Amino acid sequence: MIYRLGIDVGGTNTDAVILDNKNNPIAKIKVPTTKDVSTGILRALDEVLKGASVNPEEIKYAMLGTTHCTNAIVERKNLAKVGIIRAGKPATLSIKPLISWPNDLIKEIGGYTHIVKGGHEYDGRELSPLDEEEIRRAVEDLKKKRVESIAISSVFSPVNNGHEVRISEIVNEIMGEKTPVSLSHEIGSISLLERENAAVLNAAIINVADTAVNSFENALKERGIHASLYITQNDGTLMSAEYALKYPVLTIASGPANSLRGGTFLSGLKDAIVVDVGGTTTDIGILLNGFPRESAVAVEIGGVRTNFRMPDLISIGLGGGSLVKKEDGDIRVGPQSVGYKLEKEALVFGGNKLTATDIAVFLNKVKLGDPSIVKLDRTFAEKVNEKIKTMAEDAIDKMKTSPEPVPVILVGGGSILLPDKLKSASKVIKPSHFEVANAIGAAIAQVSGQIDKVFSLEKRGRDEVLKEAKETAIKEAIKAGADPKTIEIVDVDEIPLAYLPGNAIRIRVKAAGYLKI
Amino acid sequence: MGCYQENNREYGKKGGDIMRSLDREDIENLAVGATILGTGGGGDPYLGKLTAIQALEEGYEINIVDVKEVPNDAFIVPSAGMGTPTVIVEKIPRGTEVINAFETLSEYLGRDVYATMPIEAGGLNSTFPLAVGAKRGIPIVDADGMGRAFPELQMTTFHVNGVPVTPMALADERDNTVLLKTCNNYWAEWIARDITVRFGGTAWITLYSMSGKELKKAAIPGTLGVAEKLGATIREAKENRESPIEVLLEITKGKGLFKGKIIDVERRTTGGFARGKANIEGIGEHKGQTLNVQFQNENLVAIKNNKVIASVPDLITLLDLETATPITTESIKYGQRCFVIGIPCSKKWRTKSALEVVGPKYFGYDIDYKPIEGVMEEIG
Repeated sequence: MIYRLGIDVGGTNTDAVILDNKNNPIAKIKVPTTKDVSTGILRALDEVLKGASVNPEEIKYAMLGTTHCTNAIVERKNLAKVGIIRAGKPATLSIKPLISWPNDLIKEIGGYTHIVKGGHEYDGRELSPLDEEEIRRAVEDLKKKRVESIAISSVFSPVNNGHEVRISEIVNEIMGEKTPVSLSHEIGSISLLERENAAVLNAAIINVADTAVNSFENALKERGIHASLYITQNDGTLMSAEYALKYPVLTIASGPANSLRGGTFLSGLKDAIVVDVGGTTTDIGILLNGFPRESAVAVEIGGVRTNFRMPDLISIGLGGGSLVKKEDGDIRVGPQSVGYKLEKEALVFGGNKLTATDIAVFLNKVKLGDPSIVKLDRTFAEKVNEKIKTMAEDAIDKMKTSPEPVPVILVGGGSILLPDKLKSASKVIKPSHFEVANAIGAAIAQVSGQIDKVFSLEKRGRDEVLKEAKETAIKEAIKAGADPKTIEIVDVDEIPLAYLPGNAIRIRVKAAGYLKI
Repeated sequence: MGCYQENNREYGKKGGDIMRSLDREDIENLAVGATILGTGGGGDPYLGKLTAIQALEEGYEINIVDVKEVPNDAFIVPSAGMGTPTVIVEKIPRGTEVINAFETLSEYLGRDVYATMPIEAGGLNSTFPLAVGAKRGIPIVDADGMGRAFPELQMTTFHVNGVPVTPMALADERDNTVLLKTCNNYWAEWIARDITVRFGGTAWITLYSMSGKELKKAAIPGTLGVAEKLGATIREAKENRESPIEVLLEITKGKGLFKGKIIDVERRTTGGFARGKANIEGIGEHKGQTLNVQFQNENLVAIKNNKVIASVPDLITLLDLETATPITTESIKYGQRCFVIGIPCSKKWRTKSALEVVGPKYFGYDIDYKPIEGVMEEIG
């Protein structure tokens, strides 16, 4: 028998599951997330192994969704000193790299920058040729400044990545093969500053990812597990541990993506809204063809504007640990929460704080702790219950794209708060194993390949460029480890460029398939 | 807010101007306010804001001068970016493009430039002239030619008041410069659009050069100051977790038109324009009513119960009901709760000849323009 292990770190809890080869969960566990993240992961690992009684050697795949990288950026901890090279001269000089960054973050990463000649036009013409001598001088300077990690961006690199690739070769030649290099075209899409920011963040967390992945790998080995290790990324697919070490920034927001993928797997629905109620927050996302809908707007991470794909989410301050208060006759639920201390501080567990979970227990929606010690006014409890329902309904409505009712899948430990009927939902599904949907989503995830590029239609037809885009996406998916037989095109997006005579089109294609086992 | 101070530059002394210099916070405010004046379109003022912030960090000063302080014989040259936003966000300007365009125009006309200014107060082009003025060592006039955002070069109060677009200079980052002189402003728009393609999708332009006397007649004064105030109000309200909408209406003399939820959006792209309409179902005091907003990059008309209650050139802006963040026409989507406000346009747009350029008929609506204040009074 071959087993898979899935672990996902949430804001409040770290969840783990072990699936058999038919994808049935044979063990599942939730433990509190710890401040250092790793301790919580190891505890979850041990607990789930204890519950599974499988031979560790039979666990052949391990999937990890972690918040190490997000936390490092937000807390400005353990960040590498970064050198930045942008190819774009003579253009782009009016806005240098890092101009919009928070000062405390710049201080942590050093932020030595060079803008050199290079880059391309939207139609693939060279903006200006690379000057190798100039690049060598820039790299020598960064070497002298002892930067640990290099980020490279280039104008229109999503159209032509040649300059970024050539600069990275020079970096490795001068600073050694081991110097980590983050190329912007591998991470973000059109929009130079946001893509460059994402590459710089990636360069800054390279050591964090290294530590996180290695310590997890070692922990597995210590427990006799010799599995291929995969890390989940924020489009709901997997990357190999090796790739994750190069592009750790793609792990940011992988948790909500895992919940969405878990939701589609557990319910069998490919198009639906997934409501993930955790301990402190509720994340609402949309499944399109089984994958998270991506956000169309720039996303800020730790005060830095980036544009790499992220699930389109609405997050509200509602969770199992949300504090319930009466204020001037109004009822308030959240955003304050007891979080992972629920089992100490909630009334039902003998604590002294009234939480959303207490209301659910009092109204017999769930059996937990000691219901007899929760004494409440029934009318009040029902009002709170109604408030919780409305909060979720309003947020669901904001995520919808049309007035037609859509299926809603409830996952996450806190989803016990919500009823079986919701306004504007065609049906409400609470699948089994809903409380560990994120860990299941990690364990069953697929691998994908993507392209986002501007094509000129002056010499070629639309069908031809679309075909090329699809083939490239499929190739990328195979490169990432997908079984060619299972690869499907899961998303195609075409955007004509406005105000521009001469017919240019931006095409994004994503292909995904199951791991080649 | 920036403090008023004596300017010690030479031109300052000559004109006896009182100028105001902008700091980083003023620029941030201006960029937020410009999204409101963008009335749903115009692009994101974000990039221009960053060029201005970099200019400050490099030690340049951004000085703003009032229209009434500009000497009648001074030579004013507005500056702007032209092209598709998708290229502008990728191929960020070098910073010298507009300077080159200035030199070219200045040389051709044999005159020194006294000040620059934006041609539009909303969107992308509201913030770029700040860094241009700073680096050239000239002030930016607190005025523009639209008081909002519009999509074409001739849609300005300059055009309506007889200021020609050309001679116009277009420049790129490679030091290519084109000097353009056309028989009328429509030809200027048409030819310039093609040059932007050869430049790689964007051109940096100087155009509508005029005297201080013409400026006073043709420009809409005080619009940068208004944008700054709007931005400051929104930022303060956000910090205090209050709704800034009342104050926004007070500053702009605007009217609250409708409160509701977007229930339907329809879009089609034709000839480089994103056209469409949104239906908004009333909530609160507007429960049971529907507002229909139609747009072409910018919001054009608002129709309530089959009656047009606001139309171009008056400004129609959708604000997020909770945060008062303006909602662009590209990002309108089902389920958003919004507050629709109408802002009276400049009086300069309300003449017969001006309405021929930017009135509802120009955009294909067979309706007569009625000032928003009048409509509001009529329907109470």
